[in-house]
Amino acid sequence: MAAKTLTIDGHLVSARPGETLLAAIRDAGITIPTLCHLDGLSEVGACRLCLVEIEGQRRLQPACMTMVSEGMVVHTNTPRLQSYRRQIIELLFAERNHVCAVCVASGNCELQRLAGMVGMDHVRYEYLSPNYPVDISHPRFGIDHNRCVLCTRCVRACDEIEGVHTWDVAGRGVNAHVITDLNQPWGTSTTCTSCGKCQLACPTGAIFPRGVTVGERPHASERIALIVEARKQRW
Amino acid sequence: MSRLRIATIWLGGCSGCHMSLLDLDEWLIELAARADLVYSPIADTKRFPPEVDLTLIEGAIANDEHLELAQTARRHSKIIVSFGDCAVTGNVTALRNPLGPAQNVLQQVYVEHGDPGGVIPHEPGIVPVLLDKVVPVHQVIPVDYYLPGCPPSAPRIRALLEALIEGREPAADIRFG
Repeated sequence: MAAKTLTIDGHLVSARPGETLLAAIRDAGITIPTLCHLDGLSEVGACRLCLVEIEGQRRLQPACMTMVSEGMVVHTNTPRLQSYRRQIIELLFAERNHVCAVCVASGNCELQRLAGMVGMDHVRYEYLSPNYPVDISHPRFGIDHNRCVLCTRCVRACDEIEGVHTWDVAGRGVNAHVITDLNQPWGTSTTCTSCGKCQLACPTGAIFPRGVTVGERPHASERIALIVEARKQRW
Repeated sequence: MSRLRIATIWLGGCSGCHMSLLDLDEWLIELAARADLVYSPIADTKRFPPEVDLTLIEGAIANDEHLELAQTARRHSKIIVSFGDCAVTGNVTALRNPLGPAQNVLQQVYVEHGDPGGVIPHEPGIVPVLLDKVVPVHQVIPVDYYLPGCPPSAPRIRALLEALIEGREPAADIRFG
């Protein structure tokens, strides 16, 4: 199959057919923010951080869900995109209770890092300050819904890699939240294998190993891609 | 060059940001050569003075006294800096917000979880009245610069102060927590 040639931020780039625009952008050495994307998992295009401008299209497109095509002219870092990306991060901070100073993931958190990356020095929206619970009914892991950004990486890791689908999303809009089994305490789940892949996939401090305190939860999401790669080898 | 008039105020926070300011050690002596500290919890001054060049605000707006002092500081200051996570986001001070309005919070803290179960303090004019929602400083007054961090480290505070004293735009420096 012939390689596709496209222009990304003024540079001519060749990409494999069927490759996502996000992969082509990264191959070109350009960094754009992502949150719901995790190497090794399917794409959902939920967070909208990787939106790019494609000439000839009025709508912005998520790079993770857009396939490369011949002659595409893409802009990844225009003032419009920068403004939207900062707004997205601000809205995520305003929606739940992301308190870095008392979070297990502080220093190892993708949301915290993204705030710096998009230039969010303060949040212009009113904080919703919802009253979300923390579920520590599971013997090894806990989930703090206050820190959840609804990226669904845990849902996909559990379904696609572990093959269990303990996690899912219930509710709509601002009431959406991740659940285990039939919306029951995690510790009572009959499907959970306690493998911990949800915890590896989580970009924030929402899912954590029990017993860790502020800043102690390491970030190890890249291990999901390692597991996927390791499984491709067959003897 | 005339000496700069600097103020710092301590609202709903733990004073950790002021501790970090003191952590500037001998650079504070250099600062004292260029500026006067005209109002601060670490200076013996009772009233926020007029014509302040630069005010650092530590802490969130949690009660009526904070609100009044922040408004006074804004009226009398050329530059306001939100100093630390509580001022910038509400942070730990705002952890009470999910519990509901002030009366609910006081009921839970002083009566339901008090040991022994106590009474809600009520001393008008002495004990400041809690606001129903803790808010960041920029929600009640315009803020010029933000220095997040819990607390911001001494070198980060110095970088911001040096830029502002020299009339430069401070470099972006974003680190929450």
